[in-house]
Amino acid sequence: MIIGLAHYLGVAAILFTIGVFGIFVNRKNVIVILMSIELILLAVNINLVAFSAYLHDVVGQIYALFVLTVAAAEAAVGLAILVTFFRNRGDIAVDDASVMRG
Amino acid sequence: MILPAIAFYLLAAITIGAGLAVISARNPVHSVLFLITAFFSAAGLFVLLGAEFLAMILVVVYVGAVAVLFLFVVMMLDVDFTALRQGFARYMPLGGVVAGVLAIEMVVVALSVAGGGAAAGSTGAMSRSGGATNAEAIGRVLYTDYVYLFQAAGMVLLVAMIGAIVLTLKHREGIRRQAVAAQVARTPAKGVRIVSIKPGEGLAP
Repeated sequence: MIIGLAHYLGVAAILFTIGVFGIFVNRKNVIVILMSIELILLAVNINLVAFSAYLHDVVGQIYALFVLTVAAAEAAVGLAILVTFFRNRGDIAVDDASVMRG
Repeated sequence: MILPAIAFYLLAAITIGAGLAVISARNPVHSVLFLITAFFSAAGLFVLLGAEFLAMILVVVYVGAVAVLFLFVVMMLDVDFTALRQGFARYMPLGGVVAGVLAIEMVVVALSVAGGGAAAGSTGAMSRSGGATNAEAIGRVLYTDYVYLFQAAGMVLLVAMIGAIVLTLKHREGIRRQAVAAQVARTPAKGVRIVSIKPGEGLAP
């Protein structure tokens, strides 16, 4: 039983889909939305590393490293915005967030 | 030969199951813990692929920093999370349809790519025996061809750090703070008064 590239791509596709589904069903809970985005970025990383391994090219892993960096920055800024939002409104239900529309 | 396959299927099942639990758990603290599980299993998949350095980075950065940050925020915010779950059933059908279409499309593309597309000539996962270690190979490429992108990634992290601090910084009233400008601007003329006191007399207040 050989584990090929398609197996890893399948896992990444399913994980990406779970992330998108999580954004759909948890529309009010912004914390779970941020975690869904982390899942999506993890799926992208699995894709990059799988291609890097099967094409014998280390550049895919470099790009996965950059995706990891940006994901960490995004999580930090997103949670900071969330904390500020909670302080101002006392709640994190993001479907009331349209008051920010100006 | 059978052992890598067993490891792959076990880790993939745990990753996907933990991913499902992240989006369906009632308690966000449980969601964060399942997210940590998913990252650990994905790190195991990376090790299977021969990317040990990235697996360790995933554990250190995600489990050690990002997941703990999530855990802090979830526990710090005093929110009624049951109210936030309204609409879960309402958006389920639409989300299910979109997710199903997306999954089918991506799996079909993945199968065709792996079967006859860009990666058709691949002979198997990278061998770990010959030549440099994984960390050495990454370092050789990252610090030469991609050094500007590496610096840019550092700038992204710096800006994110400053942004997070600025966003959450709160100036409270009624707290005595150090006024550095006033201290630096002090001169001897303002700070010191020389008086001559006659013997036997006190200093008038």
